Amino acid sequence: MVRLLRFLFFAVLVRLVVLVVLGLNVRRREWLPKAGPALIAANHNSHLDTLVLMSLLPLEMLPRLRPVAAMDYFLGNRLLAWFALHIIGIIPLSRRPQRGSDPLAGCAEALERGDILLLFPEGSRGEPERLARFKTGIAHLTERFPQVPVTPVFLHGLGKALPKGEGLLVPFFCDVFVGEALHWEGDRAGFMAGLERATARLADEGRFPSWD
Amino acid sequence: MNWLAVKLPVLVTLGGIFAVLLIASLTVHLLQRRSPGKSYGELRSRVRSWWVMVGVFSLAMVLNRNISLVFFAFMSFLALKEYFSLIPTRRADRRVLFWAYLAIPLQYYWVAQAWYGMFIIFIPVYAFLFLPMRMVTIGETRDFLKAAGTIHWGLMTLVFSLSHLAFLLVLPGAEDKAAGGPGLVLFLVLLTESNDVAQYVWGKSLGRRKIIPKVSPNKTWAGFLGGVATTTALAVGLAPWLTPMDLEHAAMAGLLIGISGFVGDVVVSALKRDLGVKDSGALIPGHGGVLDRIDSLTYTAPLFFHFIRYLYF
Repeated sequence: MVRLLRFLFFAVLVRLVVLVVLGLNVRRREWLPKAGPALIAANHNSHLDTLVLMSLLPLEMLPRLRPVAAMDYFLGNRLLAWFALHIIGIIPLSRRPQRGSDPLAGCAEALERGDILLLFPEGSRGEPERLARFKTGIAHLTERFPQVPVTPVFLHGLGKALPKGEGLLVPFFCDVFVGEALHWEGDRAGFMAGLERATARLADEGRFPSWD
Repeated sequence: MNWLAVKLPVLVTLGGIFAVLLIASLTVHLLQRRSPGKSYGELRSRVRSWWVMVGVFSLAMVLNRNISLVFFAFMSFLALKEYFSLIPTRRADRRVLFWAYLAIPLQYYWVAQAWYGMFIIFIPVYAFLFLPMRMVTIGETRDFLKAAGTIHWGLMTLVFSLSHLAFLLVLPGAEDKAAGGPGLVLFLVLLTESNDVAQYVWGKSLGRRKIIPKVSPNKTWAGFLGGVATTTALAVGLAPWLTPMDLEHAAMAGLLIGISGFVGDVVVSALKRDLGVKDSGALIPGHGGVLDRIDSLTYTAPLFFHFIRYLYF
């Protein structure tokens, strides 16, 4: 029942909003992972980011798609928690893990099952349409699963359509630039630098109008 | 013919357009076969997009009037969205842009009601006065004039001007004359688009002297004049079928569409040059964005509308 609800939510409502109300300009969609286990790392400006990324992959992969999202925010109240866990299908991540516990246990479990994880290494939506420093959780995860490819994606425009703190969606065409998959090469700092560089390179592809 | 919203001449003309597309597809196919080394990918995707656009347009025209109106409203929405995504906007104006989008359903609702008085003043008067007021209540004054100006220019061009196409469908008395409102729309859209193609073809084959190099370096005098002549000839040929116009008026309409179509094209080119982009978007493979395809219509639609309304309705 919940699985059907999730399917309908993404097949009808999300696709209507993403493809008709918004509209996407996708470059190199074919570079997105075709099977799990895999990681997709995108910049984060809006709640819409997750929905857009999930609608880029075919519907039959929906059961495999798991966005990683902040536990404190999405499990904050019961209704939101139910929606986040069952309809969106998030893997909750603690932003302030307790000593001795493994904050990445949920992600590791999902990768072992062969899921595709969506991560936002900026850690928060932050200032809309500004790229913040990446957090290193993704490097720790990749170190544990060195064979899992990490596909960088740059999103633009969704922060204009629905920025943090706004409830009203204003239509804009949005850009989605997919980069070449990165692989673990032995050290965390090097991996993080490579991921940030790849995302910045994707951002440079676009010519975005000012928005202040 | 009760199950269709259009009369026979409209169907025959649409059939003619499909025949021309078929010839275009076959030609591209033969060209590719003759020289397999050369890449005709751009031309192929351009023709394929024409098939899709003509197909959607034909369906929207043929089924019924309300579907046609929703189709034109959606075209305005896509164009306005492309424009707002392309131009610099202020973060403070998010809600103002939302109100600007709301003008689309309202404007096309006036059309559906055939309420000419409201249709013709809603955006130039009410939207024009309302949006700056909404901006003032938000209170950001930096770049105020630029924002008010660019937002209103978008509404005028992509909603007000384009909605004239839709009003042709509801012109009082149009049903009894010639092929009705759909005949007028088809006449206008077919001539505007074929004018674009004719100017391109004449320019490519004969063009030498540039007509407006600062704005659009590929436009030539030969392209412009050849296009206008072709469009005028086509107008004289099609008008008795699709419109109530006599030959003299048909020739004038052809000149009007040929010349103003060119102007609409270069006005949007100037906008794109100002913004530093080549295409307005990537929605239509081989063509660019919606704005790239309907640029000429933003000029021909209101001008042809008032021409025919003054003379016949």
